[in-house]
Amino acid sequence: MVKRPKGAIIGIGELKPVRYSEGKTTLGLIAESVQFALADAGLTKDEIDGLLVGPQVGETPQHVPATVSEYLGISPIMSNTVDLGGATGAGMVWRAAAAIEVGMCETVVCVLANKNEKGQVPRSPNRNPIREFDVPFGASGANTSYALLKREHMELYGSKQEDFARIAYWSRKNALKNPKAIFYDKPVELDDILRSPIISDPLRLLEIVMPCAGGAAVIVTSEEKAKQTKKKPVYLKGAGEKITHRAVSQAPAIDQLPFTYSIPQALHQAGINGEDVDLLSLYDCYTSVVAVQLESIGICKQGEFGDFVRSHTFDHDGDYPLNTHGGQLGFGQADLAGGMSHIIEAVIQLRGEGGDRQIADVKHALVTGNGATLSETTALVLGGEQ
Amino acid sequence: MTNISFPEPTITAVSKPFWDKINEKQFYLQQCNDCTQWVFYPRAHCPNCFSSKLTWKETSGQGKLKSWSIVHRAGHPAWQERTPYAVGIVQLAEGPSLLTHLLIDEQELRYQLPVQISFQQLNERLLPFFKRKGSK
Repeated sequence: MVKRPKGAIIGIGELKPVRYSEGKTTLGLIAESVQFALADAGLTKDEIDGLLVGPQVGETPQHVPATVSEYLGISPIMSNTVDLGGATGAGMVWRAAAAIEVGMCETVVCVLANKNEKGQVPRSPNRNPIREFDVPFGASGANTSYALLKREHMELYGSKQEDFARIAYWSRKNALKNPKAIFYDKPVELDDILRSPIISDPLRLLEIVMPCAGGAAVIVTSEEKAKQTKKKPVYLKGAGEKITHRAVSQAPAIDQLPFTYSIPQALHQAGINGEDVDLLSLYDCYTSVVAVQLESIGICKQGEFGDFVRSHTFDHDGDYPLNTHGGQLGFGQADLAGGMSHIIEAVIQLRGEGGDRQIADVKHALVTGNGATLSETTALVLGGEQ
Repeated sequence: MTNISFPEPTITAVSKPFWDKINEKQFYLQQCNDCTQWVFYPRAHCPNCFSSKLTWKETSGQGKLKSWSIVHRAGHPAWQERTPYAVGIVQLAEGPSLLTHLLIDEQELRYQLPVQISFQQLNERLLPFFKRKGSK
């Protein structure tokens, strides 16, 4: 038997992403997200004895667990800040399960939220060594980093603009079935993506997530307690994580990026292979991120995601259902909470609450998170059965 | 030239020798005395073998282009006024990779293009940009 953390998700709460928030604070959005998750689980806040939070750039950069505990009015007996960028949400779920399993607590709320006020972009004051060795050369921000990664893939493997655009196309198509998605009522064709403005060549606007305000929370408990709750529990079946670098210039070779460990490790813990996955809930801040993940799952060969996306369908009744909530490319990215959307969609699908986007016979979902530039990666396998 | 100043490197006690040499139009990096690997960016130890015995040495200033991007929307307002411009990742002949500004026309950019260092003044400071090998 493979050793792995055990636990179950029994509650989810998610705010509808909005482009800009007005009159909101990040702490307030955290509280709203937790309220929704508690209501979904049928729990009161007094039943929460663990809290995992993320760093909040610009608001509460330090002492986050204490600040959030006080704000919510809870007194957790296990708490921590998880700082893995877009992998934070997925990283929280297995850490919660691990803490529960060793007896530190029983029911953990994992929460991430972010305000987004027009004209007010919170920035870290110092991000050395990137600030010292990237920014002075004209390379600020994630767009250029992911453009460099995409260019390398195109040069090494001959992947085409259209291959990457197809990833965004399916996300936007799937978003048309999710009323919460920021692009719910905004259909696009492949050509619209290929002709959208160049941001950092070869990356175009519609291959990049829309920054939003929002929040999301999930409640993780023991497998034992999960049996007593009102909603169908969703079980953690496996987890994998790997961190390799921070700056894109220091990344390992494109066929050795950290997802090549974390995804197979999560599948291994769950005792399944890539073809057994019924929902691919893959972190998609940029199209290029999905490309390298598809090549790490065992469903298409290294360098060949282009052929794979050309020859398959990716909606809820497609060959490989992928980001059926619209992905972040269609749903919007409320900062760190964006990564939570992949977990929440997996729970919705495994419960059978997907409505007109419900996948038939869904047993296993692969959920991933990615921070910095394919630097911090976490993968989870979630399942409907213990 | 713009009134908004370009963001300058945030130099640390460990990286200061690197920038001091750049100011003299010399490209020095640390080499590990124990495992002989070259180190970039400057560190207090060798990230390969964890030795603390590093020696600053002059490098060839040559490398090959690993990837590039033409920036149309810059992450900083000073750089926005220069768009479009090229940045890239250069794998140095000595081994390490770095991110740099490329003084190469878009149509000349290609994978593994041989490049060499070109010291350029920005604000009051010299920076190690790269150009096509053999170009003026």
